Amino acid sequence: MLRNQLVVVRKMMSHEAFVFLSYAATAVTLTGLLVGILLDGRERKRELAELEAQGVRRRSKPASGSSA
Amino acid sequence: MSDTTVSQGWFTSLANPTRFLALSGRILPYLATAAVLSLLAGLYMSFAAPEDYQQGITVRIMFIHVPAAWLAMMCYSVMAIASIGTLVWRHPLADVAAKTALPIGAAFTFLSLLTGSLWGRPMWGTWWVWDARLTSVFVLFLMYLGLMALHKAMDDPARAARPAAVLTLVGFINIPIIKFSVEWWNTLHQPASVMRLDGPTIHPTMLYPLLVMAIAYTLIFFTLHLMAMRNEILRRRVQAMRRSAAQSIGGGA
Repeated sequence: MLRNQLVVVRKMMSHEAFVFLSYAATAVTLTGLLVGILLDGRERKRELAELEAQGVRRRSKPASGSSA
Repeated sequence: MSDTTVSQGWFTSLANPTRFLALSGRILPYLATAAVLSLLAGLYMSFAAPEDYQQGITVRIMFIHVPAAWLAMMCYSVMAIASIGTLVWRHPLADVAAKTALPIGAAFTFLSLLTGSLWGRPMWGTWWVWDARLTSVFVLFLMYLGLMALHKAMDDPARAARPAAVLTLVGFINIPIIKFSVEWWNTLHQPASVMRLDGPTIHPTMLYPLLVMAIAYTLIFFTLHLMAMRNEILRRRVQAMRRSAAQSIGGGA
């Protein structure tokens, strides 16, 4: 039953549909990648700010808080 | 001071993550703008290009499928160069570069397989065949996933760096196999029509949009890669700070 329906859907799919699906999948994948990286960056900056607020310092960073 | 000393000094100065963060922060806005502009130009040219006399409108899939396949291989090549940096020079950012390129390369490989399948169904009459080109690209996708799993399996990035670099270099053998698979074996996938010794065989009305899209994809890759590298540097910084905080508590107890 499901197999027959799939065959019907496949026959109905026009060439435009294949082009649309290709571009849509590309847009979704690349946007997802960008959003994931942006959210990851936001989370890392939040963690870093939290640690600095607690007074935790990097070994390479002097206590005076210079930007090195 | 000789020119060599100056260029070596500039290169090694990039090994300092703080300097890299400052420099990449300055470059990123320009890179992202160039990526967006070239993508818009590429998309406009792709849809303005004429339809193919045999393939009809489905030829438009080529403008996103071919650059995705090129980037899938280029990303792995970037990882292989970075792996040499890890193993030979122990460059602190080389492992960061190799690790952060992984999900981006996996995404481009996935897109290359998916759009290829969506192009293959109306043109070849099948979604998939186990020919040399498709299979070797599928192996590339599995290698990306395997390397991602290796990094996930180890908490300490320094411990994962060397085995991942060795594995990446071993896996690089697959890149020339992908490139020449269509010449070495009888495949359903067509042979190269752009990067050929005797020049491209595609008409300029389709070649130019393809090349602009390839530039756009390359700029997108470098933009995302720089952003991901900055995140990874911050992640390692947070880990180091947490470790040092834990040690100071332990030492004080």
